[in-house]
Amino acid sequence: MAGGDEMKLLGMWASPFVLRVKLALSFKGLSYEYVEEDIVRGKSELLLKSNPVHNKVPVLIHNGKPVCESLIILQYIDEAFAGTGPSLLPSDPYERAVARFWAAYIDDKMLAAWMQASRGKTEEDKAEGKKQWSVAVETLEGALRDCGKGKPFFGGDSVGYVDVVLGGLLGWVHANEEAFGIRSLDPQRTPLLVAWSERFGALETVEPLMPDVSRLVELGKMVLAREAAAAAGASN
Amino acid sequence: MEGVVVLLNCFVSPFGNRVRIALKFKGVAYEEKAENLAAKSPLLLSSNPVHAKVPVLIVDGKPVCESLVILEFIDDGFSAAGAPPLLPADPYARAHARFWASYVDTKLNEAGMRVWRSPKGATAAVEAARKDTVAALKTLEAELGGKPYFGGDALGYVDVALVPFAPWFLTYERFGGFTVAAECPALAAWADRCVRENTCVAESLPEAEHVFQFVCGMRKAFGLD
Repeated sequence: MAGGDEMKLLGMWASPFVLRVKLALSFKGLSYEYVEEDIVRGKSELLLKSNPVHNKVPVLIHNGKPVCESLIILQYIDEAFAGTGPSLLPSDPYERAVARFWAAYIDDKMLAAWMQASRGKTEEDKAEGKKQWSVAVETLEGALRDCGKGKPFFGGDSVGYVDVVLGGLLGWVHANEEAFGIRSLDPQRTPLLVAWSERFGALETVEPLMPDVSRLVELGKMVLAREAAAAAGASN
Repeated sequence: MEGVVVLLNCFVSPFGNRVRIALKFKGVAYEEKAENLAAKSPLLLSSNPVHAKVPVLIVDGKPVCESLVILEFIDDGFSAAGAPPLLPADPYARAHARFWASYVDTKLNEAGMRVWRSPKGATAAVEAARKDTVAALKTLEAELGGKPYFGGDALGYVDVALVPFAPWFLTYERFGGFTVAAECPALAAWADRCVRENTCVAESLPEAEHVFQFVCGMRKAFGLD
């Protein structure tokens, strides 16, 4: 890293969006100071000042200047440190568009389905979410098959933008399996994605960054319990 | 970049019109095919099998989908001499521009849709949507500050991302019961400036009344009235 570069990442240990940024920084070989935000007890002054619009993590502060939104941060890292480490996005404009398309799909469709399946207000809502999740993962399986063309990663022979964007979700995928015994990625229907997730998770750069699955399970249970209590309280 | 350029669009679509503006801005010759969203063409369905939505930009037979992805593609691929850039060169300024374009989609469009899409009589929902829409417009106005354009002295990425929503302001106003001119005078002035000073914008946007009529037609078709 160039002399005098100061990087700070404001994050939360369980956030898949923060994990994406950690993964990207790690793949690029960039060092940074990590600041854990206590989202429950109170966001720091620095976070509120750095992300006044959304007040959310992750925020990457590079030489005092904040960058917000995980996908935007990933692209920023790729562009600001273009000479350092591997590139996340390909150089060809069309291939870049394809990568951006799938990143947007993961956030707009997959994540939305996940949220609905786990936090839907009614059982019907949740069932619909699970259906949408199945559609989304099968679509992504198709993307890996067609765009990946038999290569190990969405980025080809090595990890790229889409791998990092999707990789951030893996902690929760494993937590879901452990907590509910539900395979979010079914080896029968999405064999390529399952193989990809094992391969990605085992990478030297990735493995130490993954959040502790049992901690995620505990957090998940706590959040659901809190929401159930609130709902019960609200209906009285 | 070489090859035939085709844009699949619907004339009221703010997302499709972003692409129109960008293509004209870059001086790229293209053919536009109008889509009837109630009866989508085989070309649209095969070019955008995942979402079946407009806009789709097809360059030499290869489709690019999602309006902001298309804008970046146009900026990356059509940077011939004389064609100005949409995004600035500096990585931090690029991140800043991308942030605000994303804000238009996640905050303004999302709230605006709730204003005109609520069933008749859903006053609480419309009121909430109006508040959120005005809040988003004010936030955007604050970001514009005293600059003539979001891009600074000239039209840029954020301007192109936002200005196609200007013809929709009348629809938000009529269903929401407010006026953009009263709530966000600087933003209203910016929208006029974009059209007045940039032919690529003037030639790309529908009449606000046509958008309103289109939405009224959609509401009837969806049984919202």
